[in-house]
Amino acid sequence: AALLGNRAFGADTVTLPFANGERPLATFPQKRPLILQTSRPPQLETPFSVFNEGILTPNDAFFVRYHLANIPTSIDPEKFRLEVKGRVKTPLTLSLEALRHDFENVEVVAVNQCSGNSRGFFVPRVGGGQSGNGAMGNAKWRGVRLKDVLEKAGLQADAKQVTCNGLDGPVLPQTPDFVKALDIDHALDGDVMLAFEMNGAPLPMLNGFPLRLVVPGYYGTYWVKHLNELTVIPDVLANFWMATGYRIPNTPGACIEPGTTTKNTVPINRFNVRSFITSHADGAQVTTKQVAHIRGIAFDGGSGIREVLFSGDGGKSWQSAELGDDLGRFSFREWKLAYTPPQAGAAEWKCRAINRVGQSQPMEALWNPAGYMRNVVETVKVTIA
Amino acid sequence: MKTRPALLLSTLAVLVTTALAGEVTIQLPTETATLRPGKGVELAQANCFTCHSVDYIKTQPPMPRKFWEGEVKKMREKYGAPTPEEAAPTLVDYLTSTYGIPNTKKP
Ligand code: HEC
Repeated sequence: AALLGNRAFGADTVTLPFANGERPLATFPQKRPLILQTSRPPQLETPFSVFNEGILTPNDAFFVRYHLANIPTSIDPEKFRLEVKGRVKTPLTLSLEALRHDFENVEVVAVNQCSGNSRGFFVPRVGGGQSGNGAMGNAKWRGVRLKDVLEKAGLQADAKQVTCNGLDGPVLPQTPDFVKALDIDHALDGDVMLAFEMNGAPLPMLNGFPLRLVVPGYYGTYWVKHLNELTVIPDVLANFWMATGYRIPNTPGACIEPGTTTKNTVPINRFNVRSFITSHADGAQVTTKQVAHIRGIAFDGGSGIREVLFSGDGGKSWQSAELGDDLGRFSFREWKLAYTPPQAGAAEWKCRAINRVGQSQPMEALWNPAGYMRNVVETVKVTIA
Repeated sequence: MKTRPALLLSTLAVLVTTALAGEVTIQLPTETATLRPGKGVELAQANCFTCHSVDYIKTQPPMPRKFWEGEVKKMREKYGAPTPEEAAPTLVDYLTSTYGIPNTKKP
């Protein structure tokens, strides 16, 4: 048996740039030191510098988000089974071996982003997990299509949604179990995947070993971990996690007047367009005498990125960046630009992405009560010598 | 999925075990977050630790009393916290004065 040991909590802390943003760095199993949001259940944020290491986020740096603290800590993949039941013609009980061998294996590079990514930046502040921008990651997922599995089971005529449940559960039985649902058309679109590998290796335990749902373009709440139950239902799942939590205002931009509430909501769904500078952080020092190699990432809910614009003067003027390799429409898209700052002083660098259907990012942050879907044009404050 | 007894907090190092059979076992690190002292801390200790670590509380932004009232209500009504209703005002006082914006008015 291989043993990997590490110290739990170091003395190191980081300070996310908002009030009460100090967090320890902690080392969890199969992970490098990550930003500790909560320890039971584990919620770990990826330090932002990781996004400049490469376009794929390493497994040991990939963020972790659970809701309920009764999480599996020991799983025998040979004994693991996925059940497919409910309004199907033939209920299935599938081992990992059967999934691997009886269905076509497929791969996709896709971003997983927590619905609450960047919530700490909301003004006015809102409750919930207080993440900086690191509750996201991009990985190459390998598995089988949900469509193929559902077709093997055969859907009954009244199938309306598929509910997805994993091995994690509540500590007390009265807390609603974490179960999510996809509409049947979505489940059959061929993009949704049951993944057993991430970046060429088995999923880390805390990222859903041995099987998780991958819902490209959709927020992480749907990417159910330790997935062991798919139930086809003839109606719409109305549990806490679909009907009360994870709702966004049904308005363009999913925003309302800051500080107000609304009852007119829909379940959170696709990512909006985002982009970041990864090569330079607030406080970076550059000079007018040298080219700055500026680099970053952009992504959206699956249309793909068409263009990334960069501004070295706080948004007054913009220039087009060069796009990196296209790893698919669900992936981070690298962008870069060689830029020589024209004059000394303090500068605000910004980037703004546009996707293939013309959607972009707002210049001013939008607001909603749950702190979801932040996608404002981000700013990095640099000093030019 | 099923409800099992509350997580046992591990004591030592972080471990990942990969047995020959392929079984993967992890050992979670010790939980270190504790509640700050203050009037009502025992009540919070007894009521707000069962289902999650207290860093859920400690990481919240500075918020007014109304927010903490909403949190305690949500824990009881949505997540089934077995906290008696009578305990709520004392809990809210503690949370607001310790982690919130103190002296924000009672409605
Ligand atoms: C019966 C279980 C249970 C008990 C007891 C409980 N909570 Fe929670 N609490 C939860 C769950 C479930 C969540 C959501 C966790 C998640 O999504 O990560 C949560 C989340 C939170 C959050 C994060 C913000 C939010 O609203 O999601 C805070 C703050 C919090 N609880 C405070 C408290 C306080 C204060 C008490 C004691 C009065 C308490 N909890 C007792 C189950 C419980």
